[in-house]
Amino acid sequence: MCTTCGCSEGGQARLTDPVSGKTESLADPEDAHLHAPEHFHPHSHEHGHTHEHGHTRVSLAEMPLAGLRSPVQGTMLRLEQEVLARNNRIAERNRGWLRGRGVLALNLVSSPGAGKTTLLEKTIRELQPQIPIRVVEGDQETSFDAERIRATGCPSVQVNTGTGCHLDAPMVERALQKLDPPSGALLLIENVGNLVCPALFDLGEAAKIVILSVTEGQDKPMKYPHMFRAAQLLLVNKTDLLPHVDFDVETCFDYARRVNPEIELLRVSARTGEGLDHWYRWLRARMDTAGLRAVS
Amino acid sequence: MHELSLASAIVEACDERACGTRVRRVCLLVGALSCVLPESLTFCFEVAAKGTALEGASLEIEMVPATSRCRDCGSAVLMREIFAACDCGSLNLEPPRGGNELRILSIEIEEAA
Repeated sequence: MCTTCGCSEGGQARLTDPVSGKTESLADPEDAHLHAPEHFHPHSHEHGHTHEHGHTRVSLAEMPLAGLRSPVQGTMLRLEQEVLARNNRIAERNRGWLRGRGVLALNLVSSPGAGKTTLLEKTIRELQPQIPIRVVEGDQETSFDAERIRATGCPSVQVNTGTGCHLDAPMVERALQKLDPPSGALLLIENVGNLVCPALFDLGEAAKIVILSVTEGQDKPMKYPHMFRAAQLLLVNKTDLLPHVDFDVETCFDYARRVNPEIELLRVSARTGEGLDHWYRWLRARMDTAGLRAVS
Repeated sequence: MHELSLASAIVEACDERACGTRVRRVCLLVGALSCVLPESLTFCFEVAAKGTALEGASLEIEMVPATSRCRDCGSAVLMREIFAACDCGSLNLEPPRGGNELRILSIEIEEAA
C-alpha cells in the first residue's frame, strides 16, 4: 500500500472479515510500508482516486542522493538487475541443454497430497514401455517419493529442499547431471507440494502442469491465481471422489479460465485411471510438438 | 516463503556490487502480478541483510502495474492486481503485458571517506 496517499496497489497482505465483508491491509503503518520515509513520491496530491497511479519510474537524476535521515553523503549505483537473474540464467541453460538433448521436461506443481506421485506412478507404468521417462522428485525432506518412483523401475532423483519451499533451476541442473536422461526422454519434475512459491521459479521446463484434487475445493484457481496463471495445463485429479465432495468441475474450470484464459483443462483419476488416456494423449502431443518422437 | 529466497538473492547481488562498502538503500521494482508480498519481502530482507554490507539498509519497493486491454469496450486497463477489472466493469481482459517485474533498480552506498 502506498502510505503517502493511502491508495491500494494490490498484492499486499489483507485481512477480510467474512461477516462484515470489511477488508483491511495488514501492512504495518509504521515500518512495513512500501516506501521509506525519504521515498520520492512522483505524483502530486491534488488528485482524486481515479487517477492513473502507476508509480511512474523516477529517473535517477531526480532521486535525492542522500537519505534525509543520514548526514553522510551517499552514492547511487544503478543496477537494473533482475532479482532472479541467476535462477533464470541457469533455467535457460537447462532449457537449452534439454532441447539439445531432445528431452521434454514438465514441471508438476500442486498442493501437498493432490496426487502428483500417484499420477506419476500410473504414467510411468503406462508409457515407460514406449517412452524413456526420468523423474526429479522435490520434497522438503525424505526420499519416500523417489522410492515409490524407483519401484516402478524408472530412474529418479530426490531433491530435498530442506526449509526451501520450491525447486529452483540450480537444483534441477544438478539433478539433470545425475539423471543424464537419454535423447527422446520425458523428464517429469515433481515440485515441492506448494501452490504458491513454485510459480515464480523457472526450472527450464517446457511447461508447468498444475494438479488440483477435488478434495481441495473448486475455488483454488481464484485463491492461488499465480500458480494457475503460470501453468499451461490443469489436471483435476481424484474425480472418482466427486460423488462424495462438493466440487463442481465446470465451476473450477471457469475459475481457472478467469485467471488464465489459455489454460488447458483435463479431469483424471490417477487411482481408477479415468481420463488418463486424455492425459497420455496430451503428453504425446507435447512430445510431437517438441519434435520428439513418441511411439503411440 | 519464496520471499526469503528473493531477499537472499537481492542481498547477494547488492553485496557483490557494493564491493565492501556499506549499502544504505536498495530500490526494487516489483510487478503487481509477480506473486511477491512486499511486506514479507521487507521482513525477509532485514533477516537476509544481517551480517552483510546491507545490514540496516532500507528497501524501497516500487510497484508497477501490468497493462491490458478490455475485450468488451477496448479501453486500456492498468492491472494493479491479478483480478483487475476494466472501468466498464468487464473482467474479460487480454493477457497482461508486464507485471512480472522483479528488478533491483539501484543501490545507495556510503561514499568512501
